[in-house]
Amino acid sequence: MRYSGLRVFREAMTGHKGWTPAWRDPDPQPSYDVVIVGGGGHGLAAAYYLAKEFGQLRVAVLEKGWIGGGNVGRNTTIIRSNYLLDGNQPFYEFSMKLWEGMEQDFNYNAMVSQRGILNLFHSDAQRDAYTRRGNAMILHGADAELLDREQVRRMYPFLNFDHARFPIKGGLLQRRGGTARHDAVAWGYARGADQRGVDIIQNCQVTGFRIVNGRVTGVETTRGFIGALKVGVAVAGNSSRVMAMAGMRLPIESHVLQAFVSEGLKPVIDGVMTFGAGHFYVSQSDKGGLVFGGDIDGYNSYAQRGNLPVIEDVAEGGMALMPMIGRARLLRTWGGIMDMSMDGSPFIDRTGIDGLYFNGGWCYGGFKATPASGFCFAHLIAKDEPHPTASAYRLDRFRRGAMIDEKGQGAQPNLH
Amino acid sequence: MLIPHPLLGPRDAQEFTYLGDAALIDRPDGLREPEAFHDYLYLRDNPAGVHRELWFHEQGDRSWLVVTRNTVTHEILGAELARDVARGRGRSK
Repeated sequence: MRYSGLRVFREAMTGHKGWTPAWRDPDPQPSYDVVIVGGGGHGLAAAYYLAKEFGQLRVAVLEKGWIGGGNVGRNTTIIRSNYLLDGNQPFYEFSMKLWEGMEQDFNYNAMVSQRGILNLFHSDAQRDAYTRRGNAMILHGADAELLDREQVRRMYPFLNFDHARFPIKGGLLQRRGGTARHDAVAWGYARGADQRGVDIIQNCQVTGFRIVNGRVTGVETTRGFIGALKVGVAVAGNSSRVMAMAGMRLPIESHVLQAFVSEGLKPVIDGVMTFGAGHFYVSQSDKGGLVFGGDIDGYNSYAQRGNLPVIEDVAEGGMALMPMIGRARLLRTWGGIMDMSMDGSPFIDRTGIDGLYFNGGWCYGGFKATPASGFCFAHLIAKDEPHPTASAYRLDRFRRGAMIDEKGQGAQPNLH
Repeated sequence: MLIPHPLLGPRDAQEFTYLGDAALIDRPDGLREPEAFHDYLYLRDNPAGVHRELWFHEQGDRSWLVVTRNTVTHEILGAELARDVARGRGRSK
């Protein structure tokens, strides 16, 4: 079924009796050409592009719970392509372009809203750094504007411009950045993949890989063995656990990141904003809640919940930036498990096992990467060679000294 | 989270900074074994469950601890001085 305004009108006239489930709930076949482990945003996007762009006909996505129940439904929904380094910026700009055409492409309303993302700076040194980053973005074909203090004031007059320690001096604005409805991204890719013949198998946990003579031949699951010529793993925070079943150790630690939503408020923030002197980012949902977050808790964790000290730290960031946020009440907090890599950048790569591919290490920047991650992973699986924009995301880059370390923190995952 | 410091008793985890897997105590010789040093520096077991890890009491007595903690429940199961752990493995300090 194709969704359209006409369809909504026709269904409204006929009592909404014509709607059908957006995807099937099939039982697993004995074997597939490609099995994707992980029914999150990246896995579903990979399956979608495998079917649509790379002509793979027999594809399955295996999900241990329900699709969209992991990090794709737990993030703060921000999309942007404002990176500095050569290994990153072309990839994220590719992702941004896919975001711009995604809804028409998979015929689903993902509420992609290019409301602009503003990174505030608070010192001359930070202005220099953001000028450099903006120039790097423009050189790679993205958009960037450096705003001075008065231009920022016209956008957000309520900010604390004269904070004693962190006065706002201006900001780097990417107008094409913004937000998207994160669940709808998973649903849109799932529906699009399903329509092209992909089997989305939920409640099917992978418990092992079958590897014969260094080549993967399928996966053991809670619903029996499923044969596959190629297996792609995109399981975010559980990357280390899943790849350990194939005998691999990864340059990844799992950490918990919390996010927050306030009660519904009248429209006050029409874009996305980040505080430059601490870790705090905020936007406002269409329902009115302020959606915000900050740093990871900082210790290895597989619990999808965090602790109070980081909530305090995030609240302090919010208060420093916009003191009026102190009158808003917090409605919900939750946590997700991040696969923090050793340089803060991801992996889309082959492994030492033929036919086994890995996609992970997204740290807490995976949501904006969803379309390009899926596309590049599909490209790698179908053609067995990396997509040009993801060619730097190799697992052996530490051995070669080719780290992609945006923050320059070194091999300390909780600092990225 | 409260960390049961072996010398100071229960202390707020906020007084500590976190380094990571306690295997970082066993640093190989990077010149003699470059491959082992790569694995030491960049690869982690990253288990879901009991994890032994290094915490530094930065806002306290500035000692390094090996804390045993469950990464699924955040329950802290014990803490010992990293110095004692290193000596137990035959190191001089």
